[in-house]
Amino acid sequence: MSVAFDPAEKFAEYAHPERLVSTDWLAERLGEPGLVVVESDEDVLLYETGHIPGAVKIDWHTELNDPVVRDYVDGEQFAALLGSKGIARETTVVIYGDKNNWWAAYALWVFTLFGHEDVRLLDGGRDLWIAEGRELTTAPAEVTPVEYPVVERDDTVVRAFKEDVLAHLGKPLIDVRSPEEYSGERTTAPAYPEEGALRAGHIPTAASVPWARAAASDGTFRSRSELDAIYRDEVGLADGDEVVAYCRIGERSSHTWFVLTHLLGFERVRNYDGSWTEWGSAVRVPIVTGEARGELPAR
Amino acid sequence: MDTTALPERLAETRDDFLALEVKDRLQLLLEFSNELPELPERYADHPELLERVEECQSPVYLFVEVEDGRVHLHATAPRESPTTRGFASILVQGLDGLTAQEVLDVPADYPQSLGLGQAVSPLRVRGMTGMLGRIKRQVAERRA
Repeated sequence: MSVAFDPAEKFAEYAHPERLVSTDWLAERLGEPGLVVVESDEDVLLYETGHIPGAVKIDWHTELNDPVVRDYVDGEQFAALLGSKGIARETTVVIYGDKNNWWAAYALWVFTLFGHEDVRLLDGGRDLWIAEGRELTTAPAEVTPVEYPVVERDDTVVRAFKEDVLAHLGKPLIDVRSPEEYSGERTTAPAYPEEGALRAGHIPTAASVPWARAAASDGTFRSRSELDAIYRDEVGLADGDEVVAYCRIGERSSHTWFVLTHLLGFERVRNYDGSWTEWGSAVRVPIVTGEARGELPAR
Repeated sequence: MDTTALPERLAETRDDFLALEVKDRLQLLLEFSNELPELPERYADHPELLERVEECQSPVYLFVEVEDGRVHLHATAPRESPTTRGFASILVQGLDGLTAQEVLDVPADYPQSLGLGQAVSPLRVRGMTGMLGRIKRQVAERRA
């Protein structure tokens, strides 16, 4: 049983309005049965400094990633994690986080790999909630563990691997990293740590659309018409396109994946989570430097 | 790691972390985060004197002074980055007042000895390793 959708006018413009909730909507529904609020941040301690009352924390690094293999947790681990957070298969999950919902969108994308049906983002995320002076607490959420079924992760629909990207070349690619990473001046986001890529540049033909362009200054998503202007008019995406988005480790591109899939309604969008840390170190994959998208290599 | 060489305060911090369950280590790190001293006035108005640590995900700035052979360490990071503040605070509390040589002798892998890999992830701990490396370099430059 899912919690009623947010009927906000702004959301009605999007392809899937049911994927967003406003801070007003959430504030009125905290504690409602069937709803679990999840905070997912870049900083693993931010939740502990104060969070939305009742919200549980899910950390991308220590809880969603496998500790050994570079991959996400498997069905059993995911079931144990969600059950321990009081989330059942039919629970409505609202995720929010820091930095324009960067990591919240990543968590939502991982939930999608496991087919969790009703998972939404809080438009504006943690920063808007705080900017509006809404309540925060450091009290740990009281969680009653529940059973979450073991569901096999499905990597075929919204996830792309390197081989998939090689086969995809010639179809739209979106590079959501900073302009400096795209052109090849550097391999990491400005002010971020070196995460190891041996070569710099971008995948040939990829369009550069830094992920945060989809966010307004208050952290909410830009309106439908603003997003259409970026992704359709400027980049040239058209209905029916298959799209792959990538960044450095797949987190920023989850945000763009969310925008393209749920806000603009593109139905075949995949996130390449190997992203530049894989592509930029792989042997003999094509790379283009400079500001231009570049040409496909002859095959 | 040669534990006998570890300065007392750093050894205490390590033992405190290791005595806790993994999830409680986060709480201790948060306490450190809250204890990071404010910058002295003379730096608050001169951010250009501070060195940014590029290895950290969040902006953290460091400044090292060596006076009469003793090291004084200042650091600042935003409230929105409590993990980074916690790392900086552990180092400020553990290194401030030591001799330059004592700071230079701290093992480079000290951050890995705190048992935080599981609690916050090895990648994040790397930010603290970067901080320690930059502190040592500044100490070496200022001592010279």
